[in-house]
Amino acid sequence: MGARLPSMLKDAGLTAFVAAALGIFIVGFRTVDVGRGLTFDYHLVDLAVAVVTIFFGRLGLSLAANGLRWPAMALGAAMIAAGVSPLQLPSGFLHWFVALGGVLLVIRGAWPWANDAMAAAAKSPSGVVLGQAGAKWSGWLLLAAAVAMPFTPFADQKTMDLGVLILTYVMLGWGLNIVVGLAGLLDLGYVAFYAVGAYSYALLSTQHGLGFWTVLPLAGMMAALFGVVLGFPVLRLRGDYLAIVTLGFGEIIRLVILNWFDLTNGPAGIGSIPGPTLFGAVFAETPPAGKQTVSDMLGIPFDGNHRLIFLYYIILVLALITNLFTQRMRRLPVGRAWEALREDETACRALGINPTNTKLTAFAVGAMFAGFAGSFFAAKQRFISPESFVFIESAIILAIVVLGGMGSQIGVVLAAVLLIGLPEWFRDLGSYRMLAFGLAMVLIMVFRPRGLVAHREPSLRLHPVKPGGSG
Amino acid sequence: MSVPQGLPLIDVEHLTMRFGGLVAVDDVSFSAQPREITAIIGPNGAGKTTVFNCITGFYKPTVGRLTLRGGERDYLLERMLGHEVGQRAKVARTFQNIRLFPGMTVLENLMVAQHNKLMRASGWSVFGLLGIGAHRRAEEAGVELARGWLERIALIDDADRPAGELPYGAQRRLEIARAMCTEPRLLCLDEPAAGLNPHESAELNQLLASIRDRDGVGVLLIEHDMSVVMKISDHIVVLDYGRKIAEGSPAEVQDDPAVIRAYLGTDDEAIDG
Repeated sequence: MGARLPSMLKDAGLTAFVAAALGIFIVGFRTVDVGRGLTFDYHLVDLAVAVVTIFFGRLGLSLAANGLRWPAMALGAAMIAAGVSPLQLPSGFLHWFVALGGVLLVIRGAWPWANDAMAAAAKSPSGVVLGQAGAKWSGWLLLAAAVAMPFTPFADQKTMDLGVLILTYVMLGWGLNIVVGLAGLLDLGYVAFYAVGAYSYALLSTQHGLGFWTVLPLAGMMAALFGVVLGFPVLRLRGDYLAIVTLGFGEIIRLVILNWFDLTNGPAGIGSIPGPTLFGAVFAETPPAGKQTVSDMLGIPFDGNHRLIFLYYIILVLALITNLFTQRMRRLPVGRAWEALREDETACRALGINPTNTKLTAFAVGAMFAGFAGSFFAAKQRFISPESFVFIESAIILAIVVLGGMGSQIGVVLAAVLLIGLPEWFRDLGSYRMLAFGLAMVLIMVFRPRGLVAHREPSLRLHPVKPGGSG
Repeated sequence: MSVPQGLPLIDVEHLTMRFGGLVAVDDVSFSAQPREITAIIGPNGAGKTTVFNCITGFYKPTVGRLTLRGGERDYLLERMLGHEVGQRAKVARTFQNIRLFPGMTVLENLMVAQHNKLMRASGWSVFGLLGIGAHRRAEEAGVELARGWLERIALIDDADRPAGELPYGAQRRLEIARAMCTEPRLLCLDEPAAGLNPHESAELNQLLASIRDRDGVGVLLIEHDMSVVMKISDHIVVLDYGRKIAEGSPAEVQDDPAVIRAYLGTDDEAIDG
């Protein structure tokens, strides 16, 4: 192995050189306006630290790739130590960068072992039983954790907010999973139905005084109606063409909302949307005229967190309904037809399945859940504007579905936690936090190219799964 | 289900299909009887698959009438939308290049084939979602039908495997079983023996004969493998350059000079002489 060290060093040096060449203009110096013109602000130390990290990182990766796991892991550990040490690096981000690089290196070093262990476990009978039990119980464990979350000590306002946000995306992911994961219709304009739901609630509540629970089903139906109306002309297209047209429709809806000033108040948005009520009682410190507050009704002292906990449970229940509905639909003829349509539309037609109707139901059902989620979003935010319904939202929801594993329900949860949670947890990194989003995406694509959970459970079995046998 | 005595199951009359200037099928007429295997043969590019695509609703014929006789009424296939041919007239087909649902299990493939029946039973999903009505019983009956077919094509042990994992020959059998699970009046098979070894071809012969004799379904068959065609066909239609050049029993067709010419070309002496 010693003979290969020079070539590894050369490779690492080359990588570091490329990084330096790229970084010198991006990181190395910036122009700063000092009043009488532009001057350069040099960050060469930052660049040097980054380049050295990249050099050692690349070296470690080559070592690991050549089977020298221990040196690679030692290098990774050294990088972690350097990252968390009190050493004064020029910026906090560099500490993160070095430490995360080290973590990746350690993981890379240990990966073959983990892989071997997993492969061995997957073969041994006890491992199979464990895997099946895990697949069966992991959902329930996650559910129990989600239900218990507000009562755990670390459930401060920030965590609860994040929980609500993640659950909203889980619900949207589950809704889009019907359209993309099951029916195989690449929908890039899903956020349009989210917007329809949000604006349905915002308008009906502020202008007609309807409550959240009355509007919720209406918003869902409204969004489903939009799904049918938009879907009817476009669903005869396939694949890429469908994606482009749905993208266009998503933008059209946003632009209509933006410009239909009389109805939607345009870019200024709609404010003071009432929140959801609990048996008619509102969450507020002082009750509005003719209303009761929840704290009065229950006889407990007012706490701003109550509203958040209530919202958390609403979205949890809504998301669970989405999940339950999808699970049931999958086992019905229509659900199987959705999946068959994804697999081969021509064969479906030959079997006498009406492709247009089947696609429309998938589109409408998916849109309906987006409508529910949208009206929840409006009730939570109390203010909505077209800015919340831009294309990037559709892209994030789609990323959650694709990275989670098309058609997998638990995969959507994991991907939502990763893609929404990570950037929030790394909020300290400022604008660099989107790097965490990108990193999560890249890692999933590298290690799980078919999504986090690629396994597909059949909708029905002829032979029950034998314990210990492969399924 | 049964066709009135003496009448053919399907009448193809003056079928013509043009694609722009190209006449793929030119004024072809033939009939297929119920409980018979009718083979359509011909050299490559003779228009056999185009005839199939017209019958199964994938193409709208330029000219011609396609009458399928159901028990109570006749269906004019050329007037039906693509999927209605399968849904109403109950014409099922397989494809030259296998078109299974590869990611779904073998059993699921057969359940999807029973979609229309099961949709009705599940009250278009409404009753099925609520878990009321006859849905569960219909589903069990559907599984039983599928189980019967899996036993017949010897795939019962692979029922829960993804269809795409099956070996090629098994996929061919499964596609036929899937088409049969729609409970068709007419089964159209597009080169079912393509890519099969002699042993598998012999099995296919048995399967097709049992579909004809046991299930009483009329079969329309496109095939190049003459060991299949000559052994099991009751009636053969020969196409060449989109025209029908011969029709009759296997023995008649085999000796027909027009057929020999189409397949082997004109003799040198005939040209010289």
